[in-house]
Amino acid sequence: MNRKPIPLSPYYRSLTRNMVLLVMVISLTPMLLVTGIILDQFSTSHHEKVYAHLGELVLKHKQNIDSFLDEKVQNIRFLADSIDFGRVGQAVMIAEDLSRLQGAYGTVFVDLGVVDENGQQAAYAGPFKLEKADYADADWFKKAIDRPCYISDVFLGLRGSPHFIIAVRKTWQDRKWIIRATIDFLSFNGLVERVRIGETGFAYILNREGQFQTKPIFDFIPTLDIYIRYFSTLERMGKEVEIQERLDGTGVKSLYVSALLKGGDWLLVYKQASSDAFSDLRNAQIIAVIIFVFGGIAIVTMAVWMSGKMVRRIATSDNEKEIMNQQVIETGKLASIGELAAGIAHEINNPVAIMFEEANWLRDLIEDGAYKDEADIQEFERALNQIRTQGLRCKEITLKLLSFARKTDSRIEDLDIGHLIEELMALSAQRAKYSNIELVTRIEHDLPTLSASYSELQQVFLNLINNAMDAMDKTGGTLEISAKQEEGQILIGVTDNGPGIPKANLGRIFDPFFTTKPVGSGTGLGLSICYGIIEKMGGGITVKSALEVGTTFEIRIPVKTGEGQDNQTVAEPDTCN
Amino acid sequence: MPGSKKSRIGTPSEKMELEKEKECSRAPIRLLLVDDEKGFVDVMSKRLARHNIQTTQAFSGSEGIRLLKRSDFDVAVLDLKLGDMDGIEILKIFKKMDPHMPVIMLTGHGSQKASVEGMQYGAFDYLTKPHELAGLMEKINDAIRRREKTDDTNEIASR
Repeated sequence: MNRKPIPLSPYYRSLTRNMVLLVMVISLTPMLLVTGIILDQFSTSHHEKVYAHLGELVLKHKQNIDSFLDEKVQNIRFLADSIDFGRVGQAVMIAEDLSRLQGAYGTVFVDLGVVDENGQQAAYAGPFKLEKADYADADWFKKAIDRPCYISDVFLGLRGSPHFIIAVRKTWQDRKWIIRATIDFLSFNGLVERVRIGETGFAYILNREGQFQTKPIFDFIPTLDIYIRYFSTLERMGKEVEIQERLDGTGVKSLYVSALLKGGDWLLVYKQASSDAFSDLRNAQIIAVIIFVFGGIAIVTMAVWMSGKMVRRIATSDNEKEIMNQQVIETGKLASIGELAAGIAHEINNPVAIMFEEANWLRDLIEDGAYKDEADIQEFERALNQIRTQGLRCKEITLKLLSFARKTDSRIEDLDIGHLIEELMALSAQRAKYSNIELVTRIEHDLPTLSASYSELQQVFLNLINNAMDAMDKTGGTLEISAKQEEGQILIGVTDNGPGIPKANLGRIFDPFFTTKPVGSGTGLGLSICYGIIEKMGGGITVKSALEVGTTFEIRIPVKTGEGQDNQTVAEPDTCN
Repeated sequence: MPGSKKSRIGTPSEKMELEKEKECSRAPIRLLLVDDEKGFVDVMSKRLARHNIQTTQAFSGSEGIRLLKRSDFDVAVLDLKLGDMDGIEILKIFKKMDPHMPVIMLTGHGSQKASVEGMQYGAFDYLTKPHELAGLMEKINDAIRRREKTDDTNEIASR
């Protein structure tokens, strides 16, 4: 068979669509759920990991910076204890101290000075010319004079470059003195500058006014109220580290990790763009999305391809089934014609046998030379008449058969159902006689003509008549066919008073291949073919049966029928070999 | 050519002549013919009579059974397709009533199955209608010969 691909009908197209949708929903939903849940879990745990890592990092640096500042204060305090304020005017002594400090701690200490309680610098050692500088109005001095020690914010001061001061107050001879040291901004800055992670992670320090205490790697203007909120949050919650994720001034989503420094004066902030901080997560997400997209494409492709293939196969098998149904009807037609033919052959056999014997008898007579007297002539005439009579009988049978055979095509035509039934009853008369069955027809006059296939209806009634006769074969009985008009339909009843059909079989009686006849005697197709033919005509066939009472088949055929019949299911000749 | 007919011995008609003479020399065979086709039964009876066979006509199974009850027959010819009863049923009844009477079945075309069934139930042989009389005669003679043989054996056995 070389079957050309047939364009699929809307039914199969919607079937394909439904299958594709179903397959897609069923396979994509779990995939989506699993991917989503895993990604969510991964994202949560990765966030936690990053938060913990950054928190620890910032905490470590906070401690680093705090201890750095502490250490410097201790250094100066230690120095202050050793200063002889009596010799404060001598620049040499303090220069020695500075060089000692620088020797021990590197160039962290830029300069060193001793300021009296009026803000006059009494002694100074360092690279700048700041001897006799007056700090009376300096902000740091006002604060430092009230505390045992003080670390200032970063400021430009007199020297015009950023720096901050560590000041230690000392009382000598009832006068307050302040020993101050300038911390090298670069080396302090280095502490914070070292905090670099990824491409965008960096740290900086802000004071309570929101001013930078270090020089951030990326230039930006901090938003004051946000940082003030950090201060208050950290103080209120008593937390050491606060982590937040929000949009920064340029609209980039960023992570802010902050910790208080210097007893709450400063805020150490670590900032990193979220995309950078969670770059692993992003990579995982991108991979997941790529896998999902490719998996999805594969699933959709498979769904479309498989469904298309399966639906095509279904369509093909439906088509084959349709062809087979057609063949089954043909087979059934042949079977019922075969049954009829057997009956007719027998019917015709009898007259033929008589003719044959009469002819032989005539020959016997001639052989005996008996053709002289009156009685012999009469015997001759009787025999010849018998041959003639039997010949006519044969002719009658052949005519009936011919009229049946003439109408074996399934063309739709206008037909008189009463005539059709009478004709079939006449054909069945011989068999009825043998089986002792009385045939009764009660057909209403002036029934409207039906538009149907003569041969198909013939087949329906032949099957029903044969079945009824089979049922009454042993017992004899009455077979009655009635036809009347009712509500635009023709109602035909085929009733026998045979043994009836058991209830268990009644439901399956129209099923193909269902038969109660011995194997080899019935195809089990007769009634299913009847059913198919009547359904096709838009009519209906029902059965009522009672055991020991009889069976009635009732057929309803609409008077206007045979229009708009669906012929597309019939195979085209070139589609099967 | 009428002349050559006499000189040749062995033509079917001459064989029949010889048979006929043989048939005439003994007592007539009593045959029961059961067939519902009256025309057929009539003409068959006439033809069989020429061969020294005395035919009793029965037009239905029940009539055949009634006749068999009343008198004995040497052989029965039974049409399997009868109006009132199934031929096989009649055969069974015949065989029960007179097991020694050979029954020859007449069947239509296409009913070989029935013939085989009949043979299983003890029918002597079968013929398909329409048939040559010679064929039927042959089977009748066979049946008679067989019957005589079994009768003899029965007599010996009963002695």
